[in-house]
Parts: sequence; structure tokens; C-alpha cells
Amino acid sequence: MREFAEIWSYLAASPLIWLTATLIAYVIGDTLAQATGRAPLANPVLIAVILLASLLWITGTSYATYFEGAQFVHFLLGPATVALAIPLWQQRHAVRRAFVPICAALLAGSVTAVLSALAIGHALGLSPQLLATLAPKSTTAPVALGISQSLGGSPTLTAVLVILTGMIGAIVVTPLMNALRIRDWRARGFAVGVAAHGIGTARAFQVNPQAGAFAGIGMALNAMLTALLAPWALGLFL
Amino acid sequence: MIHALTLILACQLAGEALTRLFGWPAPGPVLGMALLFVLMLASGRVARLVQPTGEGILRHLSLLFVPAGVGVVGHLQQLGTYGAGFALVLVVSTVLALAVGAGVFVIVVRLTGDKDKSDA
Repeated sequence: MREFAEIWSYLAASPLIWLTATLIAYVIGDTLAQATGRAPLANPVLIAVILLASLLWITGTSYATYFEGAQFVHFLLGPATVALAIPLWQQRHAVRRAFVPICAALLAGSVTAVLSALAIGHALGLSPQLLATLAPKSTTAPVALGISQSLGGSPTLTAVLVILTGMIGAIVVTPLMNALRIRDWRARGFAVGVAAHGIGTARAFQVNPQAGAFAGIGMALNAMLTALLAPWALGLFL
Repeated sequence: MIHALTLILACQLAGEALTRLFGWPAPGPVLGMALLFVLMLASGRVARLVQPTGEGILRHLSLLFVPAGVGVVGHLQQLGTYGAGFALVLVVSTVLALAVGAGVFVIVVRLTGDKDKSDA
């Protein structure tokens, strides 16, 4: 057993083990998602996160150590965002034809996301600082952190709320759209990009390529609109 | 593939530089996306070049959120006494934003005349 402990202490300190663990956890999550026919609750991100968080807890590994390996995956978020130009380019004619619905749905979805969060938070008695933390929750993480900071919120807590919002959106979008009988992939995708940023966009790509392309546009436009909208919306509740 | 990757990273870098230089609210990668889109429109060669690599990165977009998601688990106790309240806010607000966004999209498509029916 001593050998195992030595190997473990060596491996646990190297980025390789946590990078590999991240990929394995995701493969398990993705396999389960596929096995259930992409059932909304079998979200590969959610499954992988639960597996990895349990593993870190069992092995007593800090997040900082884990992230030394996981950062290589995390880094790709930037290039992947840039690569969203590709589905956008592939769908460029459909996007141009849907210009008016896109503008209308952006304004409606973005305003609803910010105002409803602030209104419910206000009704529950959240402090102004917590409201500022909450306001950008539907926005993609880097923008959300910036907005939260400039409004006097807590960026760390905003990051938590952003990720949770993404997961909630990715899980509820399919059953919700089916219940509302909205079958237009453009509408479904665009709405989930606006309401649930990248995690919603990732879900949309798994369901339908056109939904994915429209989700990417929704995410990008909502990031810019929320940056302009959030200070005004917060002012209504202070 | 290396050319495509270089171009994607260069777009991101240009986006990061521009957004810092002018203090824009958009994040660097989002500007990089706009930049790559313009380049693809301008040149069919660029479009053909980046497609396979870019699609490869996007195929497992979900994977890229896993490290951040694991980070959230450690911060869940930060929600503290407001945990239940935040959960309620996030679920209700996300459901509303989804329903209103998609609903308005579908209604406006109907009002402006559907030029591009995509019903499955």
C-alpha cells in the first residue's frame, strides 16, 4: 500500500490526473445522456460536476489543485466562443431573415431575465448588494462578473449564480418548450442562449444545429444588452 | 488544423485587446466571434479553413463548463441562508425568460410573415 500512496501523492500533485478525471467524468456524463436519449435531467455537465465534486471531496483535494489540471479544458471556453462564429456563418441567411424576431426576442428575453430576478429577489428581501450580484445571472460569465462588480455586487457569488442559471436553463428548456408547443428551433435556441448563456447554448447544440447557432447569437447579444440594461434595472429596485 | 486554430486564437486575442483598449462591455471572445464572422463573410477560404476545427471544438462545448461547475459546488454554502431564495429566483426567472423570449420570437415571426419556416 505504501507504493500506492507514493504514486498517488505524485499523481495527485500533477495536472494530468485532474485533466484526465475531468474528461472521464464528462465521458460518463455524456454516455449517460446519450443512453437516456438526451433526457433533460441527464445533463452531461451536471453529471460530470457531481462526479468530480464527490471525487474531490473523497480524496480531500482542493479546488486549486484540481484546477491546475482542469484549466486546460477551461481555457478552451474562449476559443469555443470565437468558434461560435462558424454556426452563425452557416446560418447567416436564416439569421438575416429572422432579424426582426431576433431583436424583439432579445429585448423581451433579456428584460424578463433581469427584471424578474430583481423583482422576486426584492420581494424576498435581498439586500441591494445581493440584488446587484443577481442582476447579470443570465449573462455569459466574464461579462456577468464585470457587471456585478461595477454595480457593487459580489463577483464570486455571481459566478455561482451564472453557472446555476445555465444548468437550470439547459435542464428546463426542452420540457418547457414542448409544454408551450413552441417547435421553431430558432425560437427555442435563441431563447435559451439569452436566458442561459453558454451552458444553454451547449444544450441547444446537442438537440439541433440550428437551435445551437441561434443560441450562440442569443448569448452574444444578451451579454451586450445586459451590460447596458442591468444598471437601469437595478435602479428600479433600490 | 493548426492554421485554423491560429486564426481562432488570433481573433480572440484581437478581441481581448480591443475590448480592453476601448473599455467595451463585451468580453474579448465575443468580439473575437464577431471578428471571425466578418472574416468568414469576407473570404470563402477563411470559412472553409476554420469550419472543421471550430466544429470540433464546439462538438463538446458542454465539457468546457465542467471545471467552472466544479468550482461552484465549493461555493454553494456562500449562498448561505439565502440558498432557498436564490434557488426560487433562478428557477422562476429562467423559466419566465425562456418562455417570454421564445414566445415573442414565435409571435413576431407570425406577425412579420414567416420567410423561413423551420418547424420540425
